[in-house]
Formats: sequence, C-alpha cells, structure tokens
Amino acid sequence: MDLQILWFVLIAVLWGGYFLLEGFDFGVGMLLPFLPRNERQRSTMFETIGPVWDGNEVWLVIAGGATFAAFPDWYATMFSGFYIALLLILALLIVRVLSFEWREKSESPAWRRVWMWANAVGSVGASLIWGIALASLLHGTPLDSKGEFVGTFADLFTGYSVLAGVAVVLVFAFHGATYLTIRTHGELCDRAARAARGLSVAALLVGSGFLAWTVAVAVDRNDKDVFPPVLPAALGAGALVLAVVFIQRRRSGLAFTATALAAVLLVTTLFTSLYPRVMVSSPDFANSLTVSGAASAHYTLKVISIVAAIVLPVILIYQGWTYHVFRQRLGGDEPEPGLPTPDPPGVEPAA
Amino acid sequence: MGVLADTTVNLARAQFATTSIYHFLFVPLTLGLGPLVAVMQTAWYRTRNEQWLRLTKFFGTLFLINFAIGVATGLVQEFEFGMNWSVYSRFVGNVFGAPLAVEGLAAFALEATFLGLWIFGWDRLSPRLHLATLWVAVVGTWMSGYFILVANSWMQHPVGYKLVNGEAQLTSVWALMSNGFALRAYVHTMLAGLIFGSIVMLGICCWQFLRRQDVDLFLKAAKLALIVAVPVTFLQLVVGNRFGAAVTSAQSMKIAASEAQWDTCQPCGFSLFQIGGFTASDPTPSFSITVPRLLSYMATGSFNGQVQGLNQLQAQEQRQYGRGNYMPDVRTIYWSMRVMAYMGMLMLLVAAVGAWLYWRQKLERSRWFHRTAIVAISFPYIAATAGWILTEMGRQPWIVQGLLKTSDANSPSVSTTWLAISLTVFLALYLLLFVLDVWLMRRFGRRELEAAPEAPAPSAAPEPAA
Repeated sequence: MDLQILWFVLIAVLWGGYFLLEGFDFGVGMLLPFLPRNERQRSTMFETIGPVWDGNEVWLVIAGGATFAAFPDWYATMFSGFYIALLLILALLIVRVLSFEWREKSESPAWRRVWMWANAVGSVGASLIWGIALASLLHGTPLDSKGEFVGTFADLFTGYSVLAGVAVVLVFAFHGATYLTIRTHGELCDRAARAARGLSVAALLVGSGFLAWTVAVAVDRNDKDVFPPVLPAALGAGALVLAVVFIQRRRSGLAFTATALAAVLLVTTLFTSLYPRVMVSSPDFANSLTVSGAASAHYTLKVISIVAAIVLPVILIYQGWTYHVFRQRLGGDEPEPGLPTPDPPGVEPAA
Repeated sequence: MGVLADTTVNLARAQFATTSIYHFLFVPLTLGLGPLVAVMQTAWYRTRNEQWLRLTKFFGTLFLINFAIGVATGLVQEFEFGMNWSVYSRFVGNVFGAPLAVEGLAAFALEATFLGLWIFGWDRLSPRLHLATLWVAVVGTWMSGYFILVANSWMQHPVGYKLVNGEAQLTSVWALMSNGFALRAYVHTMLAGLIFGSIVMLGICCWQFLRRQDVDLFLKAAKLALIVAVPVTFLQLVVGNRFGAAVTSAQSMKIAASEAQWDTCQPCGFSLFQIGGFTASDPTPSFSITVPRLLSYMATGSFNGQVQGLNQLQAQEQRQYGRGNYMPDVRTIYWSMRVMAYMGMLMLLVAAVGAWLYWRQKLERSRWFHRTAIVAISFPYIAATAGWILTEMGRQPWIVQGLLKTSDANSPSVSTTWLAISLTVFLALYLLLFVLDVWLMRRFGRRELEAAPEAPAPSAAPEPAA
C-alpha cells in the first residue's frame, strides 16, 4: 500500500484509539460532579481512570507527532489555523492533568471540589473543542493557494461543527458511564448504569445526527459519493443502537464494547469522508490540502513506518496488559483499594 | 510593518522560551530522580529493609508531582511548533518531525503507561514485576530525552538532509540519529538530569537533618545522592567542555559570542569576569579577569589554538548568506555560559564537601552545610536554564543553523494580538502551577514521613450524610 495512504489511515487509527480510550476517561470526568452520591464514590471514580488516563493521552501525543512527521503541511496549517481552539484545549488539558495528581494531596473539601470541577470542565471542554476542530477539517475553512489558513476563529463554528462537538461530548459521557458499569460494583455501579441509560438516547440521537450530517457534508463540500462514508456512519449508528439496547438489558460488558465501537466509528466516518483531502478549503475548494500534497517524502515515511510497525503492536500489548492488571471492579462503598483500614467487625474480607 | 513583524516574532520567541524553560524545570528532575528512586526500590527488593521502602515512597511522590507537570507542559511544546512556527514546521517536518513521532511512539508511550502501572500497582503486581515497571518507565524517560535532543540538535547542526523545493528532506536517518552534536548534547543533558536528581535529593536530606527528622533514614538517601553527585558533577565539567569544543566547529558564532571575542585571537585567554565589551561599539572591556591561553585550550584542545572573532565571522556569514546581522546578543550569551559553568563548579564543590563530611561522619551534624545544601537545590535549575539560553539564543538569528532564519519562520496566520493573549494565558497558568507546586512540595516536605508506609490514613474523609 502507498505509504501516504498508510499514514493517513494510521493517523485515523491513532485518533480512533484516542477517542476509544481517552473518550471514557473524559466521560468519567464529565460525570464526576453529577454521578457519585458522596466523596468516597467520587474518589472511586477517579481511581477507575487514575492508572490509565496518562496512557490514554499518549494516543493524542502520538497522533500529533505522527501528523508533524508524516504530513508537515497538515500539521502546520491545522495547528496555526486552529490556534485559539488548540490553545483552549491545551489549557483545559493542563488543568485536567493536574487534577489527577493534586486532588488527593489534601483532604480539604474545598480543594477537592476545585479539582473535581477542573477535571469535569477540562473533560467537557476538550471533548467539545476536539469535536468542533475535527469536524471543521471536513466542513472546510478558508485556505489560500499556499495552504495557509486565512480565516478566523469564527470560521470553525458552523451548525455542523457545533453538533459534532456536542455529539462527541454526549458519546464520551455515555462511553464513560458504560466504562464505570464494568469497573465498579455496588451502589456506584447502579448509579453509573442509571446515568448510562439516561445518556444513551441523547447520545444515540445526536451521535446518529452527526454521522448522517457528516455523510451529507462529505457529498456537498468534499466531492465524495455517499459510499463509502455511509458505511462507517451506518455502523456507528448501529453501534449506538446496540449500546442503548445492551444498557437497557443491563449487559454492561456488551454496552461498553458498543460505546467503544461508536467512539471509533465517529472518527472512522470523519476520516473516510475527508479522504483524499486532509483539510477542506472553503470557499476556494481548489486550495484544499490533500494527502499527497501534504505528505512527507517517501524516505521519511518509510523510516517512521518501520518504527511504527515494530512499536505499535508492543504498545497495544503493554497497554492491554495494563487494563488487565487494573481490571478489578472497585466499589464506592468500601475503603479505597490500597488504603487498608480495619476490617468491619464480624465481616470477613472478600477473597 | 517591519516593527509589527518584529513584535510578532519576538512574542512567538518569548512564548517558546518561557514554555520550554518551564518545561525543562521539571523534565531533568524526572530524568535524575527516576533512576535514584528505582535504585532505592531495588535496594528494598534485595534487602527487604523497610527504610528503603519508606525512602522509595517519599522520593517517589516528589518524582510523580514533577512528572505530571512535565507531561502537561510537554504537550504544549509538541503543539507549539505548529501553532506558532508553521513556516518552520513545513520546512523541517520531513526531518525534525520524525524523531518527535518516534519519541511519542517508542518512549513517551512507555514512560506514561508504565508509570501508571507503578503508581497504582503496589498491591496488584508482584514486588519483582512492580519494580520492573519503574525501571521500564525510567528507560522510557531516558529514551525520550534522546529523541528530543536528536530533534533539537538538528536545529543546531543539520545533518542527513537535502533541500528540495525549499524544504528540508531526510536523506539518512542514521546520520540524523548519530549526529555527533546530538550524542554530546545527550550525554551532557542526561548528566544534568543526574545532577538535578542527586543535588535536589541531597538538599532535601539536609533539610530533614536540620529538622532532626528521621536522621538515620535520610543519611541513607544522602549517601546515595553523594555517590551519584560527586562523580557526575565532576564528569559534567569534562563533558561540558568537550561539548563546547563540538559547538565551536558547528556554531563558531555561538562560541565567539559566549566569550565576547570580537576579533580572531591566537592564543586566546579565557575571560572569567568582565565589565563592558559586549557591543560592537564597545568591544574592549573596561575591567576583566582573564586566564591566559585557557580559551584556546577549551575551544580547540590546544593551548595555542585559534578562535575566530565575532567581526570576522560576521563578515564571513555576510558573504555566505547576504546582508544581515548574524551575531546573537553577546552580553546574554557571555553571561549564560558563565552562570552555567560557575554553577556546575559550585555543585561539584558542594558534593565534594558533603562527601568529605559524610566520610568523617559529620554530615548529619554540620548545620552550616545543611543550609548550604538547601540553597544548592536552586543551582541545577539556574544552570540548566542558563544552558538552554546559551544553546537557543546563541543560535540566533537562525532557527535552523544556516538554513532558516527565526524571523522568517513564525506562523503568518497567527496575529500579534493572539500571540500576546496566548503568551498571557500560558504565563498565568504556569505561574498558578508554580505557586501550587511550591505549596504542595513544602506541605509534603514538612509532613512527618509516614511511619508505616503500608498503612497511611485513608485519604477520603467520609462525607456527612446527604
């Protein structure tokens, strides 16, 4: 396969991995203010994502670096053009990263409340802006003949891109709730299931609306046929329907699998609609950045392909192992794991 | 128009300088503290001496607070090339992007994932496996440093590329990875990391001695810190000097500026301190202390070597690249070089005195030394910051030495206003981070060391019933 196409696909895969993984830790973050009944349950929620969020964010770091190396023009135009959006994302992510490390450093309720909200706002904000920014790649922004961005921040806001942002927020919140249903037990798990049921229909409606609109935008604004974008879009809508069904039937493992698929298929639909362009230019469609126009030379692509071929499977193995290590369900009612307290009188510790 | 363009570039430079210097306050401590904590945990694993476990947890917490900020500020660095320097990104992406992508794939993924395993894996992994996760994370941080320095060194000394349609394209990945400049910069930076780790650790131990807190325990950590600090601070002087010689051949202008050497000399004395002599109109210092022939030796390896002067290099670069000013800011470069070198020597002195006191079994009682070692915690920070100012400001006016000028490399689509706003956002955010970090560290340092690390108090207080 042509290395340029391979790297376009790989970057889609990296974004898919990012949506699948950070999607649920963003989702858990969004639910922090609303889902738990007390501070102990809230700590358990933090603990379900504590060991893994950093590894999840790795996918964004790799996607950024891979775009720089494989498509320098795409990286340069998108990052300088979407300046304010990325500035906001960086600020939100920094505050969110700190919330993980610093919340537990003090027991003051006010301190903990501040960092809980920092995480929640960071999660909602970053999801929303990523949705808007990625959708704007397809909907089109003004580029000049040299591929420089010549628009303003306002050009990122269209009905379609805002819907995309909301869809990403809702799907992530739903995904986070289904994640909690497989990582917790007891009352917290029940509350997560209830939240998931509450979110499921909204995520289905808005998510499917986004997927359908994406196909329409691909046809109208990116010179695509309905096929192939309609294929991942239909699968994505199907995954959301299944997620709704599974969560109603309390099949949490299957529901999580379905929301994970839905998160990946949002990205798949968007990138399928985008190909062979990487950034659509509007109004001057001819100025659009293309896969072949934005790509690095063959030698660079060959070098990073060899590295990726060796390293990506290894990353999948050790991240998979991490999830295996931390597979145990956590309860919101018991003391936090790792912090032994005296056993309640007369109760045998669970094996 | 010209003034506005200057302002825009200067704002972009100020932003990159602040965010990267800030980032590098946390990174080298992570690089150095990582292996030291891993050694402590290994000692616990081998001896089952509970003291090592307590030390692992104590310094491990410091390590993690630092790592978190390093991650958060590192993402800013990765995005900032594209955001503020789009012309640069287009020009170098083929070459410079590759080590950045490889860093993410091969190194950052490793350190981030395995640190998560280490932090939360105490009860879930066997002691042997748990220890291994920390060592893997440490290897990840050290690999990460290598790829980042390969990228940075290409800006200082471009190799393994050709120019095609006004863009640099990679021709040899081996030339890129084995760039002599990068290998020297790597050794220099990793030694700096070990100096950070050991000097900070020594300072914290001395703080505990001053408070007569767990003296036996911290004596163990101080010994480890000294075992690392003494040879490493010494080695760094040698390596730093060799690195300087490599810079001389790749970036003659940087070295001439760092010595405020206006005219070619042979043999050349090394100026230890001088007043004046930093501008073309005032090239002769009104006062200076100079060691004869030392500069010749440091720059060329021979006591009779020739060092080219700023004026001669300026004339030569004008012939080569056209009209323009090819000199960096001489005063800044001169002093950043000296601050770095003098701090390096002071740290060697502190480490040597500390080792002598330890050997005479007086370390835990020498209160004057405790105060000195606490002050010395700031030395590696000052030295590293000065070192990066020397490296990056000494490269000006080039963003890629000899290939692309900084003034031509910023993003045309980003307005001066937004650069000013984003700079303000980062400054405010980083200041807040810094204040909170200092507060946390102090609080953390003051807290009694947990007597039984396996059973700390529950961190979540039960909430009043709703």
